[in-house]
Amino acid sequence: MTATEQSRAAAAPASPGAAAAEKAAPTLEGPALAAARALGDDALVLAQRLGEWAGNAPVLEEDVALTNIALDLLGQARTLLSLTGDEDDLAFLREEHEFHNAQLVEQPNGDFAVTIARQLYFSVYQELLYTALAEHGGDLAPLAAKAVKEVAYHRDHAEQWTLRLGDGTEESHRRMQQALDALWRYTGELFQPLEGLGVDLPALRERWLEQVTAVVEKATLAIPQGADHTPWAAGAGRQGVHTESFGRLLAEMQYLHRAHPGASW
Amino acid sequence: MTTTAEPGAATAQAGPDRHTPEALQAEFDAAVAADTRIEPRDWMPDAYRSTLVRQMAQHAHSEIIGMQPEANWITRAPSLRRKAILMAKVQDEAGHGLYLYSATETLGVSRDELLDKLHAGRQRYSSIFNYPTLAWADVGAIGWLVDGAAITNQVPLCRCSYGPYARAMVRICKEESFHQRQGYELLLALSRGTDAQHAMAQDAVNRWWWPSLMMFGPPDDESAHSAQSMAWKIKRHSNDELRQRFVDICVPQAEILGLTLPDPDLRWNEERGHYDYGAIDWSEFQEVLRGNGPCNEQRLERRRAAHDNGSWVRDAAAAHAAKHRKAQA
Repeated sequence: MTATEQSRAAAAPASPGAAAAEKAAPTLEGPALAAARALGDDALVLAQRLGEWAGNAPVLEEDVALTNIALDLLGQARTLLSLTGDEDDLAFLREEHEFHNAQLVEQPNGDFAVTIARQLYFSVYQELLYTALAEHGGDLAPLAAKAVKEVAYHRDHAEQWTLRLGDGTEESHRRMQQALDALWRYTGELFQPLEGLGVDLPALRERWLEQVTAVVEKATLAIPQGADHTPWAAGAGRQGVHTESFGRLLAEMQYLHRAHPGASW
Repeated sequence: MTTTAEPGAATAQAGPDRHTPEALQAEFDAAVAADTRIEPRDWMPDAYRSTLVRQMAQHAHSEIIGMQPEANWITRAPSLRRKAILMAKVQDEAGHGLYLYSATETLGVSRDELLDKLHAGRQRYSSIFNYPTLAWADVGAIGWLVDGAAITNQVPLCRCSYGPYARAMVRICKEESFHQRQGYELLLALSRGTDAQHAMAQDAVNRWWWPSLMMFGPPDDESAHSAQSMAWKIKRHSNDELRQRFVDICVPQAEILGLTLPDPDLRWNEERGHYDYGAIDWSEFQEVLRGNGPCNEQRLERRRAAHDNGSWVRDAAAAHAAKHRKAQA
């Protein structure tokens, strides 16, 4: 990592007031910009979903944990999006088809088991991805090196809950298995090649499957047997095609910002 | 205070007379008078214990119910920076709830017991959270006024006679002061923003000002618990004294904000060296306390729903822990 890269990564998220005053110019371009933005969208959309849990968690410790994970992801999103333009313009002024997050992260929270299954699938993926990005040494390496520590905690949290729910009561076992099954069809997309990233995503799938399988089996659950993508939509999120609930997520997230064009907050 | 809870050990050290009720009471009184902290294993009068449980539980409940009106805006925050700040704040409140339930547990009541009482409507939380957050500016008004009032109330609690409560409050007050500043800064940005933003900020201050003044509790001559709590040094200043301190702090801040406090009687009194303020509508306070505030039912219902929806999760965690223990044994 060069000094320029270091200072760029440090400056990107840490100048909160400046965003409103003057629009940040993208520091990336072309496929690298698109790839960084897609990862930023993943983090932003999942942070938005997890933020819905605040005050609604099954136990106070989880109000703290889920909000904390949401905050980490929001921080990652701000760094990544700032590398590709103005973070608020990107978050609040793009329409559905302009977001390139994977469909997995936009799936509604469901019950706690659905949220945990989504966390398990995504955090294991994100940890492998950020580890590879940090090793790769490109523009995203400083962010990845920092974020991988956060994500390791997210993964641990998801694993612990998968074990508790899978190997807890009959009801929790049933709910956890249903959640794993229901979200399985969104996992294939994570490993579609992403041009400009410099990481071989398809190659990460095997390790992802090994890790997820180990946790799932330890939790006395089974790896889903269905397809890991929907018939017509594999990789669709990365191409700007989303599921129905995503429009409502954006409507809620964007309405206030859009209601006051040009205002500073 | 150094009395131990084991009668045998203490008797051996201090002789038989030390454990008569009178001797214990005298030792407790001396400790309070000398500003020595009372610790969980120390002897304390039952009424002191139950006053603390009531107050600390109410405080803990307020933190977790207080997450609701602000979490209401997490998904709609108008910039990513504001979203991050608000998430951090709501997370802090959950954390404060945790410290305070833990501190209350040192008095021999479990968190589950306290939550059951909250859910059954048998313990209170601060009435301020029975008001709605109708606009984004309300997040700022809560930070500036509600957290500001809370800090005014809570800073003296850092010197409260009960050790675990006092120590929890030191940490909580540090975070609350960040909350207050972010609220002020949020309102300042709105007040200096577009006309619509300024109007939103003024409207929020209009709605939150009087309920914030009510947060200090009834006037001193009508306050049910005040005198005894002052004698025990759980409470250090009277309700009216703290309310006046808060008003005196807010008036110049409102001027800098460019916002008007909704009280035509608010003016500097040279003689008293304080701001005079208008009469508070205590009938509103009593109505909200009786359960007729705008959001009483909604807040408690939401809390119960979160708890009920989470029961299978807590059962699973308990079952998993029990299996794991058995496997290890």
